[in-house]
Amino acid sequence: MLKMESACKSYNHRGRTVHALREASVNIPEGDFVAVVGPSGSGKSTMLLVLGGMLSPSAGQVFLDGQPLYDLGPDQRAKVRRESIGFVFQTFNLVPYLTAMENIQVPLFLAGVDETAQKERAAVLLERVGLGDRLDHKPSELSVGQQQRVALARVLANDPAIILADEPTGNLDPDTSNDIIEFLIQMNAEGRTIVMVTHDPRAAQRAKRTLRLIEGGLNA
Amino acid sequence: MQIRTLVWREIFERKNQLATSLLAILLGITAIVSMKNITFYSEKAVARELDALGANVLVLPKSASVQDYYRADMQDDEFPEEYVSRLAMSDIQGLDNLSPKLAVPIELEGKNFTLTGILPKQEFQAKAAWKGAGIFARPQGCGVVVDLPGAPEATAKETLIRNRVIETLESDEVLIGADVAASLGARQGSTLRALGEEFSVTAVLPETGTVDDSRIFAHLHTVQRLAGKGAVINAIEIVGCCDEISKGLVQKVNKLLPEARVVTITQVVDTQVKTNQMMGRLSMIFLVIIVLVGGASIANYMYANVFERRREIGTLMALGAGSSLILKMFLLKALLVGLAGGVGGCLAGTVLAVTLGPKLARIPVLPMPMLIFWATGISVAIALAASYFPARRAARLDPCATLQEL
Repeated sequence: MLKMESACKSYNHRGRTVHALREASVNIPEGDFVAVVGPSGSGKSTMLLVLGGMLSPSAGQVFLDGQPLYDLGPDQRAKVRRESIGFVFQTFNLVPYLTAMENIQVPLFLAGVDETAQKERAAVLLERVGLGDRLDHKPSELSVGQQQRVALARVLANDPAIILADEPTGNLDPDTSNDIIEFLIQMNAEGRTIVMVTHDPRAAQRAKRTLRLIEGGLNA
Repeated sequence: MQIRTLVWREIFERKNQLATSLLAILLGITAIVSMKNITFYSEKAVARELDALGANVLVLPKSASVQDYYRADMQDDEFPEEYVSRLAMSDIQGLDNLSPKLAVPIELEGKNFTLTGILPKQEFQAKAAWKGAGIFARPQGCGVVVDLPGAPEATAKETLIRNRVIETLESDEVLIGADVAASLGARQGSTLRALGEEFSVTAVLPETGTVDDSRIFAHLHTVQRLAGKGAVINAIEIVGCCDEISKGLVQKVNKLLPEARVVTITQVVDTQVKTNQMMGRLSMIFLVIIVLVGGASIANYMYANVFERRREIGTLMALGAGSSLILKMFLLKALLVGLAGGVGGCLAGTVLAVTLGPKLARIPVLPMPMLIFWATGISVAIALAASYFPARRAARLDPCATLQEL
């Protein structure tokens, strides 16, 4: 389903070339749940962004269902993300001035869903993550755990086949972390492919398999 | 959720930051709308004044001043009535009506009035020597005062007020101003005694609000005789063809009558015209200032807004937003700011003009609804132009850098 082939990514930082990815290759079949672990600065987040069509590699290619992702233009890749890929961020990245419900409506709006259907779908998803009574709360009025659950509900809005999660439990306490991992396991059980970058060994253990990234190189 | 919801919510989330930019453009539009409004009504007032004056060229003694057009003939200095003949016999084009005047102060029933001698048009025409060569043989009309639509038609004698010339006036007839009629209790058909002679009132002139209201108009030659002044006059009012005035009619009359002073009404209302021109120039200066200050303020705000929202922009891109949607979001915000600045500025400017116009320019100022389109057009154009580059920067942001995930 998702395949990265000999991907390299380097960039300049204060006059020095930093190699975030070195000839990294991975094949992630449909329905897989992969945890990517490694020390800080090893290129985990870079790999996730490259897989999600957000960051073009300096060399190599990413294939989604056999289609070379970086042969597409930026707006076409945005369309692919809209339809097939969901991102979960460590810092949740909710839009601060929108309510929980409106945050979930955003990807639906981007996909061209009408407003009534957006609201119905958002309410169902918030109910699913246990926030049916927080529809009109803004992120600042929610706890960090609740914010991450809103982010999870948002990622499900367009029913993506692939979920890319960057340290989804990084800012959470153990109990809330466990809840979030449970949600990810549920999503995987529904047939979605999940790639999760994490520092947390307990979270990584819950995945079907673990990849280790060291200095931009992947080890199974 | 629609794009306008995103834009609207964000505006209210950070309304304090937006307030300065909005205020800059709002104040600018306020200033320019108020000036435009006042200038428009000021120009109308000048046009109305010119129309009410009727005559547009004055021939006066060399030493005369023209502080007040209506008092222009009330000078101590005089010049020969023969000047009228010179003008009438000349080949100068564009002289439509001539009205020589001699003003003599008189006292009636303890009150001061002005006995003004005028020469009826019939007497010009009666002089055989002027026929065929004088002004009445030439085409006329371009400088004649046009009747205002809807205005009641004046009776024959009362046309003096607007046309400055009457057809006939007998030596024992007078026309009296509205104040004279009120003060003396006189009306059409009454008789009054001035300088030892009895006159019949043939018409009471409509009120003008000028010194003409306290005038008694009699035949020029009668006034000359009673005042013992001989064939002299104080002024000649001329209804000149505007086109000819612009082609140098005043200079031609000056050449013909070098001992006299020839002025046009535009010189009399020069201060008002200059004020209008100054307001017009100020409007342009303000427009430039608005473009620079308002535009810079909005551009600065938008750049700051893009920087502040880069994480949000990156998130939207990660969720599948294309660059065109990001561009639209910022331009829609600019459009709303421009509309708010334009409409708010237009309303504030109109209130300012209606309130301050009568005090500053001494003219009544009414709201001009059409200005709202003009004001919002300018305001929106400035806001969009100033926001285009910040919006384009937002649309071209690297989503990875904005997410600070590297």
